[in-house]
Amino acid sequence: MTSEPREGPGTIPVGRRVFLGVVALGAAGVVVGGAIQSGLGRLLGSGLGGLLPGGDHFRIYSLNGVFPTIPNDMYRLEVSGLVDRPTTFTFSDLTAMPSTRLVATFQCVTGWRVPDVAWEGVKLSHLLEVVGAHRDAVAVTFESHDGADTESLTIDQAHLPDVIVAYRMLDAPITTEHGGPVRLYVAPMYGYKSLKWLSAIRVVNAVQPGYWELNGYPVNGWLDGSTGPTNPNPRLT
Amino acid sequence: MTGALEATRRTLVRFDVVERAAHWVSAAMFAVLIVTAIPLYYGSLFGLVLPRIAIEQIHLWTGVALPIPFAVAALGPWGRRLRRDVRRVNEWTRAEISWLASWGRIDIDADKFNPGQKLNAVLVAASSVVLFATGVILKWFDLFPVSWRGGATFVHDLFAWLVVVVILGHVYMALTHREALASMLRGRVSEAWAARRASRWLAEDAGETGSDSRV
Repeated sequence: MTSEPREGPGTIPVGRRVFLGVVALGAAGVVVGGAIQSGLGRLLGSGLGGLLPGGDHFRIYSLNGVFPTIPNDMYRLEVSGLVDRPTTFTFSDLTAMPSTRLVATFQCVTGWRVPDVAWEGVKLSHLLEVVGAHRDAVAVTFESHDGADTESLTIDQAHLPDVIVAYRMLDAPITTEHGGPVRLYVAPMYGYKSLKWLSAIRVVNAVQPGYWELNGYPVNGWLDGSTGPTNPNPRLT
Repeated sequence: MTGALEATRRTLVRFDVVERAAHWVSAAMFAVLIVTAIPLYYGSLFGLVLPRIAIEQIHLWTGVALPIPFAVAALGPWGRRLRRDVRRVNEWTRAEISWLASWGRIDIDADKFNPGQKLNAVLVAASSVVLFATGVILKWFDLFPVSWRGGATFVHDLFAWLVVVVILGHVYMALTHREALASMLRGRVSEAWAARRASRWLAEDAGETGSDSRV
């Protein structure tokens, strides 16, 4: 081995510099990463952008590891509780009703988001009107097909025009992993409020915290500031 | 017995038991973190063995505990060797920088760790800090603005990939350099290995290690 002339005592703290550099990069990424990500996603289109590490794509959650496959003709939505006419709707019952189309960013409370997601379905308020929900009811609870997930909204939240029982998403039938054939879509709130594989709706006289709320998420999952100042209608909290 | 023969038989301590324990416990935790990350990231592609919430909890608490083995090993009175190795990883000569810039093609009077190994250690340490901090933001998200949560998701994903690549490189080098790997398993290397791979360390450390039988 050749003997390089030994450096004097003046060694260079390369380790510390690289360490601090990488940590600073990470910190900068936290502050501006969201913007970079949506910029890249827009640049590459949602298809390619979704493949980037950390790109805009849905993180698919199933609470119990099961993705129930429900054929449209087997699908049933039971609406009961404080209503005049408890009703079980089929898939074609829902699609025959007046439809509403919404396009919005799907925002998860933990940070990931998918821009410009198209949704189509029946306004929840319309369903509640059809079954004759009692005027003095306080809340509406929702249950998923496997019973693993539950959610609830106040009766006023349930009547918002951008809360729908959705049967189309991304301009196609809702896939099994996205909670098809029918799921709830609560546009003004974080994604966890949009319960998948919707199977039952009950009109009740108290707000019952759902699965995610029992695991620490806010019951009123308003986008940007939970129940705070950007709440679209303070009366609704 | 000739001096040369004796030299091939003499061994010296490269990693003491504290360093090895810290390394392998951390390695096992990294393995758990990576394995549990896969279904969390690709939820739709993997049939899950455990409910999502259980995998999430394993990932979360393994991550939270990740700094513990290293901190315990480094901060106690037993951490003298580990602390000195951290200093070695930090301090580079100009020759070491040139070595790295030439992709290891020039010869150097090598330290206990070559510059590639030093860089590996620094990248794993820094990435761990970033992953830990962004993981905290993702878990206790309500303390942070929503734009930070988005940024933290982005950074956590990106650094997870980075650290997996760095660790795969590290494992590949270990499997192709068996005596170096053996020193992380049993603690010692031959003086001949040290003369070949870490001449500067041998010159600095030989006298002391000879008298230090603790492995």
